[in-house]
Amino acid sequence: MNLVLEERAVAARDPMRPRPFRVRRVHRDLPDTTTLEIEPPGPDHSCAFSPGQFNMLYVMGKGEVPISLSGDPAKGGCFVHTTRAVGPASRAVTELRKGDLVGVRGPFGHGWPVDVAAGGDLVIVAGGVGLAPLRPVIYHVVRRRRQYRRVAILYGARTSSDILFRRELEKWRGRLDLEVRVSVDRGTDDWHGSVGVVTTLIPQVSFPLSEATAFVCGPEIMMRFTTRELAQAGIREDRQYISMERNMKCGVGLCGHCQWGPHFVCKDGPVFRFDRVARLLWQREM
Amino acid sequence: MVDDRESLIFERTALDRLFELLADEGYSILGPTVRDGAIAYGPIHSSLDLPQGVGVRQEAGSYRLTERDDPSLFGYAVGADSPKSFLYPPREHLCAFRRHESWNGNEVEEDGAPLAFVGVRPCELAAIAVMDRVLLSGPTPDVRYRQRRERCLLVVVNCTEPGGTCFCSSMGTGPEARAGFDIVLTEMTEPDRHTFLARAGTARGRELLIRWGGRSAQPAETAAVAARLERASGRMGRTLHTEGLAEALRASPEDPRWDEIASRCMNCANCTLACPTCFCCTVEDTTDLTGERAERHRRWDSCFTLGFSYIHGGSVRVSARSRYRQWLTHKLSTWQEQFGTQGCVGCGRCITWCPAGIDLTVEAPALAKAHAPAVSSSRER
Amino acid sequence: MNTVGHFLSEHPFFHGFTSEQLQELVKCGRDVRFEQGEFLFREGDEARSFYVVREGRIRIEIHDARQGAVGVQTVERGDVLGWSWLVPPYLWHFDARALRTSLAVALDGERLRDLCDHDPVLGYEFLKRIAGLMEQRLQATRLQLLDLYSEPRA
Repeated sequence: MNLVLEERAVAARDPMRPRPFRVRRVHRDLPDTTTLEIEPPGPDHSCAFSPGQFNMLYVMGKGEVPISLSGDPAKGGCFVHTTRAVGPASRAVTELRKGDLVGVRGPFGHGWPVDVAAGGDLVIVAGGVGLAPLRPVIYHVVRRRRQYRRVAILYGARTSSDILFRRELEKWRGRLDLEVRVSVDRGTDDWHGSVGVVTTLIPQVSFPLSEATAFVCGPEIMMRFTTRELAQAGIREDRQYISMERNMKCGVGLCGHCQWGPHFVCKDGPVFRFDRVARLLWQREM
Repeated sequence: MVDDRESLIFERTALDRLFELLADEGYSILGPTVRDGAIAYGPIHSSLDLPQGVGVRQEAGSYRLTERDDPSLFGYAVGADSPKSFLYPPREHLCAFRRHESWNGNEVEEDGAPLAFVGVRPCELAAIAVMDRVLLSGPTPDVRYRQRRERCLLVVVNCTEPGGTCFCSSMGTGPEARAGFDIVLTEMTEPDRHTFLARAGTARGRELLIRWGGRSAQPAETAAVAARLERASGRMGRTLHTEGLAEALRASPEDPRWDEIASRCMNCANCTLACPTCFCCTVEDTTDLTGERAERHRRWDSCFTLGFSYIHGGSVRVSARSRYRQWLTHKLSTWQEQFGTQGCVGCGRCITWCPAGIDLTVEAPALAKAHAPAVSSSRER
Repeated sequence: MNTVGHFLSEHPFFHGFTSEQLQELVKCGRDVRFEQGEFLFREGDEARSFYVVREGRIRIEIHDARQGAVGVQTVERGDVLGWSWLVPPYLWHFDARALRTSLAVALDGERLRDLCDHDPVLGYEFLKRIAGLMEQRLQATRLQLLDLYSEPRA
């Protein structure tokens, strides 16, 4: 099934003008991270998206930020965003309350190639809030479990109290057909799981990785080292995908801010096939 | 598109008729004027507003108006700004919001009179074509730019006198305009006569020429114009060999020469402001003091600013070196991968308006040489 | 469960040793078992063993008055643990606690040192592997130090 959908409405109207959505539900995941469910202003607004895409979210008077969609692509009717407060605009998004209006432009970007990965093994490696743009993939894979062979989800967080979507991770881990491994950088007393950077989980995966596809998302340094470890474990660079972040103002490839070498992260990405961008990831100040 | 090969001759004294015709059709006419010690686009009501007898001397980091010894109206190359300032203005209102009402997005309005540019240079015309590619060819075109572009009229003037920093010949964008204009003129100022050779490039241009009413050019006259343009293409102030340049720049991110340039570059962003193809902009969201009303504007921005590449925690391109590298590599290399055209049109403004006099026709080949030894030096003359 | 010899011969750390060398190494080893919560060693203890983990999960931690025990690394099946037995003054610098019932092969540190002294060829091979282990550990620790997921300084 082709999950790449075009927002017909966006093409027809002005992509720089936000549509007013309303906050339907707020869930505080972590002290600095919030998940919002937002509903469109009318029935003729599609909320279809591909895993890995993002919206530009506008909070009146506070600013606009690109935030990845973190919900289930099979469930329409609203957009779900998980936002971490790292600056004034993103903080404003995390402080929205039920009933507030939020401007939406998008969905924009190229997402995770879930169709390319189908038929084979899949390894998902996420760090910190990087699990949010990957959650739609996990929902998709779980829904179509038979389309994938062996699936491993590797997640790294700072401490056990920083684990995002913990209950869902535990639910997925409980499945017999999913391998879920979580590691923290610092182990507190209450944590009996693995301690160490997320790359230390790679050798622990129960199946050989040479035929797997990998989706990696997290801080840039983490992606640099994870892609290297995955390559050493046998996954070819053209079977690995990463999701990049850059400053974005327009989200549609017109403002120039998100350029990374020749690529516009907003429209050529944010998901990139690793072999195409490896040189850039290792180059300083690109 | 009608390609009218028939050339017409107009006397200098007939020029004002063109402005009358354009004004009658409701155009707001913009052309070169003398302003603040430079040639810059301004409103044109008659030929009196044009820089008659004015010349320009341009060099790296230097721009001076001079006095010509003839009454040429277009006896200079490019001015300080380009049609970009009007087709893609430095500040543009996008939309407005009111807190407690649903946001009725204002549809894109027809703002003001259509623009007619008289005196556009071939390199500027090429720059407009580049901007069309950047802003209109993707899946989400800039609707406001498109509207202004569709409504505007372009009367191009060929360059018979290239400037000190010009290199349009190297970039294939001049000194003669080949396509994309409504009308193209070449000014022929001679001791005993002052005429314009005119050709139409579109149906609209042809119609205008017919109403303007000139006489057919004699073969000798068209030959004289051709010869002068031929001479002009050999008298460029600068040259830039582009073969292999894009690949070589791609391979050069760690070259120490970037540091050397950075020791001179002040990251002042002048080059990006003067460049007719730089398109980077930012989105500015403002509110009034009550917070009840908000507005969104698009504003020119520059990759030279520290905040340009800011993401949470800091900027990606912090050093001056990385920012200059970003600009030059984008303009002469990655642009081609992105848009299928050259980013640079050879107008030389970035050289003229750089306070440190940094010259990309010197820097780019120097960087390329170290990374593309296959580019033979025998080609460089 | 297979013998110490069999286990070590299949373990990646011991790849490349000759069978004679392996035999000597095996002589230094014995099976050990730790129940959940039991300490393998504590900070300040004499470092006597090189552990090769068979099953379970062991946490390297350090005790802090305010925070309690802070874990810096866990090792599981396939991992090896400890090199303080190799470096004077042969004392452990951290605690190691079994988070669940864990089985390992413990190689006697003093015997290993003697073996390496008397057989420099074997000693060099062993040291090369320890160096590789340290390099991996240092790399991972540095990444942990970067605190990649924490709130960035604006």
